[in-house]
Amino acid sequence: MNYPLHLAILVLLWGYIYTSWSVMGRLGLVSFGHGAFMGIGAYTVVMLWNHFGLSPWLGALAAFAFTAVVAVIIGYPCFRFRIVGHYFALVTLALSEVVRLLIVALRDQTGGSLGATPNGALHGDSVALGAVQFSGKEIWLVIVFVFWLGGLVIWRWVDRSMGRLALQAIAEEEEAAASIGIHVTRAKLRITIISALMTCAGGILYAQYQLYVNPDTVSGIAISLQMVFGVIAGGMFVMLGPTVGAAFTLLLAEGLRLAFGNRYPALDTTIYGVMLVLFIIYMPKGILGAALDFFRRKPQSAP
Amino acid sequence: MSEVFDIFLLEAVLNGLLLGGLLALLSLGLNLIFGVIDVVWICYAELIMCGMYCVYYLHVQYHWPLVLAMLAAIAVVALLGYILHQFVIRPVLSAEPINQLLVTGGVLFFLQAAATLAFGIEFRNLGITLPSVRLGEMSFSGARLIAFGVALGGMIGMYLLLTKTYLGTAIRAISQDRAIMPLMGVDPARIFALTSALGGALAGLAACLLVLQYDIHPAIGLSFGPITFLICVLGGLGNMVGGFVAAFLFAQFIAVGGFFFALEWGYVIAFVFFIAVMFWRPRGILSK
Repeated sequence: MNYPLHLAILVLLWGYIYTSWSVMGRLGLVSFGHGAFMGIGAYTVVMLWNHFGLSPWLGALAAFAFTAVVAVIIGYPCFRFRIVGHYFALVTLALSEVVRLLIVALRDQTGGSLGATPNGALHGDSVALGAVQFSGKEIWLVIVFVFWLGGLVIWRWVDRSMGRLALQAIAEEEEAAASIGIHVTRAKLRITIISALMTCAGGILYAQYQLYVNPDTVSGIAISLQMVFGVIAGGMFVMLGPTVGAAFTLLLAEGLRLAFGNRYPALDTTIYGVMLVLFIIYMPKGILGAALDFFRRKPQSAP
Repeated sequence: MSEVFDIFLLEAVLNGLLLGGLLALLSLGLNLIFGVIDVVWICYAELIMCGMYCVYYLHVQYHWPLVLAMLAAIAVVALLGYILHQFVIRPVLSAEPINQLLVTGGVLFFLQAAATLAFGIEFRNLGITLPSVRLGEMSFSGARLIAFGVALGGMIGMYLLLTKTYLGTAIRAISQDRAIMPLMGVDPARIFALTSALGGALAGLAACLLVLQYDIHPAIGLSFGPITFLICVLGGLGNMVGGFVAAFLFAQFIAVGGFFFALEWGYVIAFVFFIAVMFWRPRGILSK
């Protein structure tokens, strides 16, 4: 019973994180730096807890503040100076590497590349509310489900807002959007902060659920790319696309592991890589986007 | 005391210079591709990884002479570059620009995982240690000196190719105006394919130099791939001279920063420097 439960938790958790990325990614702001926000969330909370005994509830507030500041420091100049497309992707990629390298470099505090474990607070109980540690997976399922649902609500709220129309106009033609009175920098910054905070919360959940953080699994280029491609696989322009992407990647990995055991350690990523290339060439709307098109039998309203 | 200190600082600076040559070569191929085809190969470092495995297997398993193995590796990676362009980039050339960036990200996943599958996660090396060269109280690794020399040679060769040959002229012309050149009788598809093979060959050359200094493993691309992109962006994507300057700047930050603090701090300082420069000169340090 634990294993399917664990899978469901991971699907919802990554589904939530991918949704967070897609909130801005689908509006032309393709960030390769969301690993940074996830890493900040996970490590801020765990470090404050381990070194100062600060409850993750308060640690989360600190992490949100930290994330917002970083998002503004990177976002404001990028948007002000019109750094877009490739350049935006690569600047944000630098950000995610900076965070990963900082975690490794501060190894005396963070444990470096060996990772860190939050100090245990359960002491035989199954729930330690103050420390946000729960031994029961059912509780975690409820928690990540609530967050996932919240992520979808935010996605929908953004989708219905004026801001989305503004950002879509910006993605099409930035100068023209500015000329009809859209405040380009402000519109982009707002969506970036929303997306970054959501991702930060995902990092916190991941750390508290796994009770282990490692610079390579919560930050850096690998995680940033994982988010981007998870969303592309599932479908960037539909609400449940990121979740489908998360489910697809996880089930592919687990399915192959069940079929072949651990004989072929990277088989899932090999297949996944080929599929990504094929998706981007032949099915740019992703699994869910293409499936919806197929069943509706009519062109989808423009994303 | 301060004299000893200065000697080691000078050694760090000179080592940075040597590293700079190698980084400049790494960025050259990527800049060439971007300048001509307007595509960033996110999987560039993974192509280099393939080249390194190629040298390793031909030399260690099949006992080819090292130089022959290296030439073969350059040819193989050039072929990979050509294949990458024909089968992956070409179908998305007319799609949104970001899709071209993303599709090579898929190739990155594939190459890295396929290497794990085929070669395992063990660290491998050629088992060759080149003697180090002593200069007064400083010592420099022979592999680094060779890498620096060959990298410079490669870049000069590239410069001559681009300026003195018909193919080079066509490549430069295409990168200046993609719409006009077909009217002048140059076939862009052919030039793109040749440029991709050339970019691949440069990756292969970089692989030959890296394999002398570093262990080979499937994730090695992640350790120097990001730096290469950042150097290209810092110099202005497609600007080869800018990439050259940026490579030496970056290498100094890594070497001297690593000398004063720890190696990771050198990288952190270099990356923060990169982000700061992007806000000052969003189109690269040499842009105006």
